[in-house]
Amino acid sequence: MNLHEYQGKDVFRAGGIPVPPGEVARTVEEAETFAARLGFPVVIKAQVLIGGRGKAGGVKVVKNGQEFTREAGRILGMDIRGHAVRKILITPAMEIEKEFYAGIVLDRKYETPLLMVSPAGGVDIEDVARQTPEKILRLHLDGRGLPVYRARAAARFLDPRPKVQKQLANVISRLADIYYSQDCSLAEINPLVVTPSGEVWALDAKVVIDDNALDRHADLADMRDLGAEDPGEVEARERGLSYVRLDGSIGCVVNGAGLAMATMDLIQFHGGKPANFLDIGGSSNPDKVTAAMNILTRDQRVRAVLFNIFGGITRCDDVARGLLAALDRIGTKLPIVIRLTGTNEKEARELLSARGMTALSDMDEAVRSVIARAAEAA
Amino acid sequence: MSIFVGRDSRVLVQGITGRDGSFHARGMKEYGTKVVAGVTPGKGGTSLDGIPVFDSVDEAVARTKANVSVIYVPAPLAQDAVYEAVDAEIPLVVCITEGVPVRDMIEIAAYLHGKSTRLIGPNCPGLITPGECKVGIMPGFIHAPGRIGLVSRSGTLTYEVVWQLTRAKMGQSTCIGIGGDPIVGTRFVDALAQFEADERTDAIVLIGEIGGTDEEDAAALIEEHITKPVVAFIAGQTAPAGKRMGHAGAIVSGGAGTAAEKIARFERAGVPVAKVPSEIPALVANALARRAKKAGLKVVMGGRAAAAKHGAKKRAAKAGKKATKPTVRKSAPKKAASKKKSVFKKKAGAKKGRR
Repeated sequence: MNLHEYQGKDVFRAGGIPVPPGEVARTVEEAETFAARLGFPVVIKAQVLIGGRGKAGGVKVVKNGQEFTREAGRILGMDIRGHAVRKILITPAMEIEKEFYAGIVLDRKYETPLLMVSPAGGVDIEDVARQTPEKILRLHLDGRGLPVYRARAAARFLDPRPKVQKQLANVISRLADIYYSQDCSLAEINPLVVTPSGEVWALDAKVVIDDNALDRHADLADMRDLGAEDPGEVEARERGLSYVRLDGSIGCVVNGAGLAMATMDLIQFHGGKPANFLDIGGSSNPDKVTAAMNILTRDQRVRAVLFNIFGGITRCDDVARGLLAALDRIGTKLPIVIRLTGTNEKEARELLSARGMTALSDMDEAVRSVIARAAEAA
Repeated sequence: MSIFVGRDSRVLVQGITGRDGSFHARGMKEYGTKVVAGVTPGKGGTSLDGIPVFDSVDEAVARTKANVSVIYVPAPLAQDAVYEAVDAEIPLVVCITEGVPVRDMIEIAAYLHGKSTRLIGPNCPGLITPGECKVGIMPGFIHAPGRIGLVSRSGTLTYEVVWQLTRAKMGQSTCIGIGGDPIVGTRFVDALAQFEADERTDAIVLIGEIGGTDEEDAAALIEEHITKPVVAFIAGQTAPAGKRMGHAGAIVSGGAGTAAEKIARFERAGVPVAKVPSEIPALVANALARRAKKAGLKVVMGGRAAAAKHGAKKRAAKAGKKATKPTVRKSAPKKAASKKKSVFKKKAGAKKGRR
């Protein structure tokens, strides 16, 4: 689960990392009160769950009230790569002497978190890694977390001044503690700045929490911003489905993530475009099929639906029942192509044929068929 | 015994009285697996379909000599279940459970260092040596005993490929689902090394997906150390960056972990990569046929030295001949075929160097 910047800053603040004050506004009026309280200049920052908002014009330093009202209104109306800006963060503009980077990610290969720090902050760290890899120091965390002496080594890599190093080491130690204690899969400060007076502040926060660990972090789970997510993805999660919206016109219902990925690949391979990734999981619950059909039939872009089911633990007849129940309830006119193989395939075919529907058994054939049906319907 | 599991496997089910545990314990038993014990704390002394249930793994091992444990407990309890099995010194632990927090796996991975236990999973379908032993949740009937090893990060996609192999008369030595999480106990490289050493495996199918670099590591290992033919498939070629595709580990992040990178790396290692799953059986047949042909030539030219290894080659030749029956040359793309030729030279060279 991705946190907004302001939420990530709350997590940082609670964990002892110095973060400048800031308030979140949903309207221009609200924002104006906050700005007046903080005093100019201030920074207005769009709160969206996607990167690259700075380049898109979603971050702006303003010096007076008139400019503020105009810019706050503009940013609140923005759409950044499909993400509507519904909230803005108002925070004081700081004088910056140096910008650093500090981040922790999971190193899958070494099966342990990896701390990366760089004196080249404020830019995309992937660019730094490509162009000037010597400007990144990498230190693995282990069962001890990050020992303080290693945090000090990281701080020395960033700045030669002992007074600044001490603050940086503190921030880095705290960041490692937060990464572990809050079950993060990413905890990143970019930029981590030093002011001309030698103070260290975290000016941004990018925090991703491991979805599988949300059960033990009720406070973080409550931060989920349903309004900022795709409604289909929200509904799917509530129903225990795994759904990702894509750009195409062919809706997919598949059991299993690997097969669902292979199905969307196959649709593209044969010249079609999938509208989504959708994994109904390994269970045989007909309600999940109904929920899946609900999501797909509401999606205006969908021209045809493909069911691709390999029955193992999932029983084909249960999926067929779920589909028929969904059709009774929703009554869609969308063309539906069904591919069923495996456990209780025969029973499933009988159920479907009683309603005048047939199921294919070959995946390639089913994909070609649904592409043709979608083209006819378009 | 093929790899990891076979006729000698004595399986213990952790979480046997739960909904999933009981269902799959029965399924494994029906398949012919020796399910010797179950563990559910507090239910010791009871039984499930004649399988004795114990309060602890220690007790179950002492009483039944179980040597494989399969875990079906809910995610919040999975770490403890793995620890219990590792501490009881069970050689093979298979964790089916989906949704284990990454931090729990970081701790497990660190704890497993220097221990004799091998962990497979979590978030996996388990593994099966067809006709002998099934440990997990896969439908047994789609498999057939044979000489193709299969290793995959997926569940149902694995079934799909297994089913296609079985229909093409290519039985399997062992099929392993290593799991779709960012950190898993057994990776591609581990399974590949085992298949390479396994006398009952002639060729290997590897099914990868987006996220991480395990496929790249596998390609590097194949280049250096694997002499048996490997055919790969990568799922998620059309996945958008930054989106998690169902599996916790299936995500392209920071431009890394894309299917394109993985495919390119395999091709550089001389591994044919199927564009679609249905292409896999033909690519395997093709690879085996080439290997058989090569082996046959060597017997003629190599005289006595080669005769010593004749047994293995005969087997390869036999499997190759059998495998060539269905549609081989027709559907295998020419590009892959020509590529494999050069691979073969390289591999033969590598083999010589090591001996």
